[in-house]
Amino acid sequence: MGNQDLRQGLFRGSGALLIFADRSVSFILLLGISLGILFLSLLLITVFIDGAARLSPSFLTNPPSATPAKAGIYPALLGSVWVVGLAAIIAVPIGVATALYLTEFSKNERLRNLVYFNLTNLAGVPSVVYGLVGLSLLVYTLGLGRSVIAGAITLAFLILPVIVVASVEAIKAVPELHKLGAYALGATKLQVIAKIILPEALPGILTGSILSTSRAIGEAAPLLVISGLLFIRDAPRWVFDEFTVMPLQIFNWISRPQPEMRELSAAGIIVLLALLLMMNAAAIILRNKLQKRVIE
Amino acid sequence: MSKPKLAAATSTAVLAMIMLLLGVGLGYMLSSQANAGGAKTVTVTITGTDFIVSELSGSIVIDGSSTVYPITEVVAEAFMNEYPDVRVTVGISGTGGGFKRFIKGETDINDASRQIEPSEVERAQKNGVEWIEIPIGIDGLSVVVNNDNDWVDCFTIAELKLIWEPKSGVRKWSDIRPEWPDVEIKLYGPGPDSGTFDFFTEHVVGESGASRTDYVASEDDNVLVAGVEAEKYALAYFGYAYYAIAKDRIRAVPINAGEGCIEPTDENIRTFKYPLSRPLFIYVNKQKFEEKPELRRFVEFYLENAPQLVPMVGYTPFPESYYKRALAFLKAGLHDDLLKLTRLE
Repeated sequence: MGNQDLRQGLFRGSGALLIFADRSVSFILLLGISLGILFLSLLLITVFIDGAARLSPSFLTNPPSATPAKAGIYPALLGSVWVVGLAAIIAVPIGVATALYLTEFSKNERLRNLVYFNLTNLAGVPSVVYGLVGLSLLVYTLGLGRSVIAGAITLAFLILPVIVVASVEAIKAVPELHKLGAYALGATKLQVIAKIILPEALPGILTGSILSTSRAIGEAAPLLVISGLLFIRDAPRWVFDEFTVMPLQIFNWISRPQPEMRELSAAGIIVLLALLLMMNAAAIILRNKLQKRVIE
Repeated sequence: MSKPKLAAATSTAVLAMIMLLLGVGLGYMLSSQANAGGAKTVTVTITGTDFIVSELSGSIVIDGSSTVYPITEVVAEAFMNEYPDVRVTVGISGTGGGFKRFIKGETDINDASRQIEPSEVERAQKNGVEWIEIPIGIDGLSVVVNNDNDWVDCFTIAELKLIWEPKSGVRKWSDIRPEWPDVEIKLYGPGPDSGTFDFFTEHVVGESGASRTDYVASEDDNVLVAGVEAEKYALAYFGYAYYAIAKDRIRAVPINAGEGCIEPTDENIRTFKYPLSRPLFIYVNKQKFEEKPELRRFVEFYLENAPQLVPMVGYTPFPESYYKRALAFLKAGLHDDLLKLTRLE
């Protein structure tokens, strides 16, 4: 009797109205997701229509040019690879080391919480702020100039918090039993880290690292502050060379008056998207492979 | 891992770090030495004439105006096709932003869409930086309206001042001339970092930097073109190159500065008859011009090729005779007042 009352209280209303409400909710949700997909595909379609004609092997190997037919994205492509690659080489070891310290070594709980809290906050700082820090600290105070290494260190700052947070989560997910088992067999801390924790946390660490790196490759704001908009004909040959990256080259082309230049920027966007998707795919494949290996 | 092993691993890691740092430092020294090396010049004497066969190398750093950028870019590209070992980079920081770097000696050349300002001269002198000012082409700052705008036939400078001065009371078209539509006017213009803004405010409003601020400002001139193209009651000003490419989509308004309404045509801009014509410059660091043969050659190359390359990117060149004279002056070591040469017939 009491149950009956409760049910009526919770699900009041006529049957037809309930069914209508039920259906309309699923319709509204469907509408939401289709709007998102619609805008994304509209964006992709317009970019492809504008840029597909300009895509060719020579677009990848030519330097930018005032003659649109000869223009390419080579220096920017290589610049992106240099800067983002170096940033990953700098940030990943430091990030993993920080995560290991926070999870395995630090004994001071308050310090650990403080560092972790600040790291999560840093992950939300607008990227242009990192650019300004890089400009005043690296470019001017340390005298690195508008170089690849200054850009790479700036991007390393930018992706470091994300890598640390992802690595901490991955390391925390390693079963305590495995660690304790290893200790029980007489393993040292270093051995436990090298043989148990890192291999098991590797998929998570790699996913976090690659995803944050692919965020870095699309960043324009911090590098705009560091390198400025630049016309440059050859790829960096060394870490102290000046450079430009793909988002900046795209920005440069789109601000030109000639419509051909805007087609070039669309082609540049396609190359950037392709690189991004490749990196994300690599993250997924690596994760799946490594996960299987660990389970076996 | 046993203790000695750990120690060995640690010392190996430390050693690797030190080697890495040394490698970076060494590479840097080598690369900066290579840059300092500049050009290898071989002088060959053939029947009394000095022929200079030169393998130019090194680097040239250019920054500055976004208006001048397309010209310098096309020159730099042609130059590097001829001298592949010289690395030329051209930045876009705006005239003022570029001068900030130029007067510290950071850059070899600054692209400028206005002349250097007294405050910049002062700081350059403090830093011991001297320069050569070289006019390289002309831009006619264009005032444009929508294609459907059928009421505006001409603006006087006084009317433009009325519209753009600080705290301007102009809200509607009818505030300018009573017979124009009683509809709100939508204003577009470049932002305060651009030389175009400096030139317009100085020559129209009367004071460099003095402008109303309630307008849509963008350093990207395409945004301004798109704004005017879309809005019937819009008004904007920007460099001629952006108007030249969009002639069928927007309309440039003739300007009256007391000598009748003058349209911004190539001919009117070239002869400075169009009131908002302005020379475009490159500023070359004088010490570096004398020390770096590759920079010297680049500047000469610029003047030699400007008559063909300047119109290619939508700007108006000076008469060809100017470039020849300027080149001769530079080669003779006369660096001052090249601007006066442009006014010679």
